[in-house]
Amino acid sequence: MDKNTNVLIVDDYKTMLRIIRNLLKQLDFNNVEEATDGQEALSKLRAGNFGLVISDWNMEPMTGLDLLKEVRADARLKSIPFIMITAESKTENVVAARAAGVSNYIVKPFNAETLRDKIEKVMAHA
Amino acid sequence: MPESAADMVRPQVALQVMTDLNRTETALLAELESLGRMVAAAKEEIAAMRVENVDATHLPAATDELDEVVRSTADAANEILDVCETLENLQPKLDSEAADTVATCVTRIYEACAFQDITGQRIGKVVNALKQIEQRVRETTGRYARSSALPARHAPARTEGERLANGPQPTAAASSQAEIDALLASFD
Repeated sequence: MDKNTNVLIVDDYKTMLRIIRNLLKQLDFNNVEEATDGQEALSKLRAGNFGLVISDWNMEPMTGLDLLKEVRADARLKSIPFIMITAESKTENVVAARAAGVSNYIVKPFNAETLRDKIEKVMAHA
Repeated sequence: MPESAADMVRPQVALQVMTDLNRTETALLAELESLGRMVAAAKEEIAAMRVENVDATHLPAATDELDEVVRSTADAANEILDVCETLENLQPKLDSEAADTVATCVTRIYEACAFQDITGQRIGKVVNALKQIEQRVRETTGRYARSSALPARHAPARTEGERLANGPQPTAAASSQAEIDALLASFD
């Protein structure tokens, strides 16, 4: 797992961004950028060079699912591992995310161990 | 030409049918009149309701209070995170065992602070519900009290992501991480 990879975390709750950033820091990921909605995230992804996206679902004006679809439809971005971290825990949400190409799915509230485990899994397949 | 028996009976049948129809129509008209009176009475009652306090004061005040709850919990969570970051910065100065203990404790605090996101989303759902009620109250009272034409409401087209964005589920209905892992594994 390349800890130097650039990670983009996306959430409309600033507190959650801070928590995920700190948990990533504990996992030795120090190249972390933030976005507060899907639209901002997409702009940063297109302008930058990221190796992992960790995104919330429920955001405006662009949701995490819509961001995922945009990423998978973009020739340059489509292979970036994409983890959804969300309170949306219905089966239909997981199925829709899977159909859109999500790499893994974490339901909130989550623990650090789950985050580490999912990152290791998606980075192993990257 | 003499009339057949059937020709003689036909007018009587027609008369009977008309009589039955008149009875049915009369009963229907009475029902309609009764319904009309009920609707008129309901309209008067709605128009007479003093709902101004509900849509002008009570509901906005309730949503403001809930927004304040979200702000306060966010402030508190950020304060806790500030302290955690200070503790993490102390780790290099501690011996290995103490540093590990601090790291474990700080991680648990980070995990616990995620409550603010979940409660914020739940409160957001309540605020949206209150805003819907406020809108309906305004529409209903406007329709019957002032008889002014209300603009038609057009729901904007929503993406799949927006349609499925329902926020946290009640605990009993929410899927666990293990259930989600099993569901994802079933696709492989």
